[in-house]
Amino acid sequence: MNAPLLTRRASLVGGVLLVGIGLPGRGAHAAETTDDKPPGSLAQFPLLDSWVRIDAAGITVFTGKAELGQGLRTALTQIAAEELSVPFDAIHLVTADTARTPNEGYTAGSHSMPDSGTAILNAASQVRAILLAIAASSWSLPVDSLTTRDGTVRAPDGRAVRYGDLITDTTLHQNALVRSALKPPADYTIIGHAQPRVDIPAKVTGGPAYIQDMRPNDMVHARILRPPSYGATLIALDDTEIAKMPGVLKIVRDGSFVGVIAKREWQAVQALRAMVAAARWKPGPKLPERARIYDTLLALPSEDTTILDRLDVADAAVSELSARFNRPYIGHGSIGPSCGLALFDGTNLTVWSHAQGMFPLRAAIAGLTGLPPDKVRCIHVEGSGCYGHNGADDAAGDAALMARAFPGQTVRVQWMREQENTWEPYSPAMVTRVRAGLNGAGNIVDWNYDVWSNTHSNRPGGAGALLAGWSLEKPLTLPRPVPIPQPEGGGDRNAIPLYVLPHATVVHHFIPEMPIRVSAERGLGAYMNIFSIESFMDECAAHTGADPVEYRLRHMQDPRARDVITLAAERFGWSKAAPGSGRGFAFARYKNLGAYCAIALQLAPIGDDGQLRVARAVLAVDSGQIINPDGIRNQIEGGFLQSMSWTLFEQVSWNADGITSRDWAGYPMLRFGLLPDQLETHIIDRPGAPFLGTGEASQGPTPAAIANALFDATHLRLRELPLNPPRLRAAGLA
Amino acid sequence: MIAIDINGRSRSVDATPETPLLYVLRDNLKLNGAKYGCGLGQCGACTVLLDGKPVFSCLTPVGSLAGRRVRTIESLGTEASPSPLQRAFIDEQAAQCGYCSAGMVMRAQALLETNPGASDTEIRARMQTNLCRCGTHMRILRAVRRAAAALGSASASPPQAGMRDGAVK
Ligand code: FES
Ligand code: FES
Repeated sequence: MNAPLLTRRASLVGGVLLVGIGLPGRGAHAAETTDDKPPGSLAQFPLLDSWVRIDAAGITVFTGKAELGQGLRTALTQIAAEELSVPFDAIHLVTADTARTPNEGYTAGSHSMPDSGTAILNAASQVRAILLAIAASSWSLPVDSLTTRDGTVRAPDGRAVRYGDLITDTTLHQNALVRSALKPPADYTIIGHAQPRVDIPAKVTGGPAYIQDMRPNDMVHARILRPPSYGATLIALDDTEIAKMPGVLKIVRDGSFVGVIAKREWQAVQALRAMVAAARWKPGPKLPERARIYDTLLALPSEDTTILDRLDVADAAVSELSARFNRPYIGHGSIGPSCGLALFDGTNLTVWSHAQGMFPLRAAIAGLTGLPPDKVRCIHVEGSGCYGHNGADDAAGDAALMARAFPGQTVRVQWMREQENTWEPYSPAMVTRVRAGLNGAGNIVDWNYDVWSNTHSNRPGGAGALLAGWSLEKPLTLPRPVPIPQPEGGGDRNAIPLYVLPHATVVHHFIPEMPIRVSAERGLGAYMNIFSIESFMDECAAHTGADPVEYRLRHMQDPRARDVITLAAERFGWSKAAPGSGRGFAFARYKNLGAYCAIALQLAPIGDDGQLRVARAVLAVDSGQIINPDGIRNQIEGGFLQSMSWTLFEQVSWNADGITSRDWAGYPMLRFGLLPDQLETHIIDRPGAPFLGTGEASQGPTPAAIANALFDATHLRLRELPLNPPRLRAAGLA
Repeated sequence: MIAIDINGRSRSVDATPETPLLYVLRDNLKLNGAKYGCGLGQCGACTVLLDGKPVFSCLTPVGSLAGRRVRTIESLGTEASPSPLQRAFIDEQAAQCGYCSAGMVMRAQALLETNPGASDTEIRARMQTNLCRCGTHMRILRAVRRAAAALGSASASPPQAGMRDGAVK
């Protein structure tokens, strides 16, 4: 590969090479701000004390976002401590709670750092400026003669005053200015430095860490009876004997919604089993034939939007290539099934949930229970990694209904494994079709791309999004879905290539009708669109006889994209790896707005069993200014392994009567035996550049890099996921 | 009432004999470490040690435990004073959501107690039983290797934490 080497300022942080590349013409955190509003979520919540409060108890920082295992607590605390000039441990962080924090919607889409991180960075900076100004005027000294350190303002003569002594309750109850005098990144001592996660020690020592570990003294245990399939209704359930089972306190029924409350958890499980055995159901509509699902989806009516129509001057095409790609429904696969706790005191309902949006959940639960929203409080408590809209919201809705029927005691609803696997909303199956015209030099001069998908968000907001609502005597229904608009997009997320393509048309075919329950999962449509685009870039490169990395660089002008592509290729040793050895490459910038990620990987030789395994993978990422380098690495590596699991194994299964991938035997995922031998992540730091978010950046490039490596090794192009042994056998590869 | 030996203490619990140990640990004894993941022996989130061997507590009836010793992650160490293996998980930042962590630690603990210098291949083979959704696997392997290296070099002495509980096999 002949790409020029980057000139870099390189430094070792935490034992891993970070490459710092200054961006010309950028001030500190030129975060996307309109001119009349402060940046990030400060635009919607400009009061400084919505974000930072200082009192006798210390410093409290508030975020409307939630810890999902992504390291959010640690990163936001780093940001606040840095700009307030206090030690990391001095910050107490409060996360999503409808009674206490700003309403920052969902914790999703890699938005936490751009939205909440940017808000806290700027709010903290402005609070520090206010503290300095107050001290300066009380000492009659110029502001710039004062410094801040360890929670005090200091004068040159040695005088010092603690932050808490400078302000009253109302000092910070003022609107943020549009611009902040942020610290220069070169002065950072906390941001950009590896910070051990605050939540890990409890998690590895059996400390209370999850909603599942909550045990208020008055707690009782509930289980919910779910229908055997979508739309099934309860015909009969004789619960007389069940009500007499040991420990059973109450059976709650409303139409086909049935739940049981017991004193002990195992008693609730046994009562549930008895109910499953006793219930008689009228089946719902048959599910479509699985083998024909892609054709079924394509035959459904769609709302079509042309999201790109570019007609620049271009050479005539001399050859044309086309391909179609399919991907199955994929589950969130949380290791801990969903859980919700709720307490109704006769007037107010408090709900604890691991869902991603406490304010939207409050609206949904108010609708479900008929309570006014101001009588419902939703508090986020961490659960097991959710990776999108899993059963968490539904479990909270279940708990709310059960608690309302059992006032005065906290009701804990825990879903069973098979309930999570069969009822969670999956990431939708999708189809894409791409056609490209190449000129005499093999460059792409014409590009046509179509993507067909159901919605990627049926998140609550309305009560009809909650599962329990569908079974009530007066059933609620799911509102008709609407597409998530560009530039972020839903099914069309990352459907527009970042490459320079003079003629290009991209059409999003949004299919409102949903034969299988679906909603948001990590990356939304990006996983499929990047799989398709990056597989097809390789097809075009192969058609031309070009090196896949060189071919990408040929079509790429964005300098930061070129940097991650070049870095991944260099660290992998792309130019030294023999073509045909099973090496694969892929790149994307998440949402075309977020983090840049490139992956180079090597497959292990394919054995007789047809099972693919990645031997070595090298990832390069640029998420803007680094907050916690180890946090980024953890997310990027985790995203890679999870996406590799989707790609090699995962698909929801069903027959006419319901979902059949009910447990981990029916829904296999990655285990230790198929891990790579080596996985490296290289991070490019961009001091002072906006935070781009990281959590979803490696999902999309992963399947393409694997499929491209498979092509490199075998000259066979597989375009339907998962790339599992039956698929390889069908292709004659095993 | 059923008497069981948990973390070196005899506890008497109000449960029917067929109740899975997992429910007794979490509900009766209010221990957080063992997690409910599947209840089917497929994920390992509920892993505890029974006479030093890793078992799925979700499939172990509490009535089958007479005369046997159960150890949970709470017996290893604390946040203030983690065991060598727990320390290695913290040093390697080997968690994302961490829901799988306690089960991972216990399965690795059982391996290192019998084979303190376990090789990478042995560790991978043993950990195959436990699922992680977050893709933390590489870090978990590093943590177990780190602890194995520390234990392997510190002669064949059993882990201190086990001794502290008087529950060394
Ligand atoms: S909960 Fe016991 S193996 Fe999954
Ligand atoms: S860290 Fe989330 S399941 Fe392993």
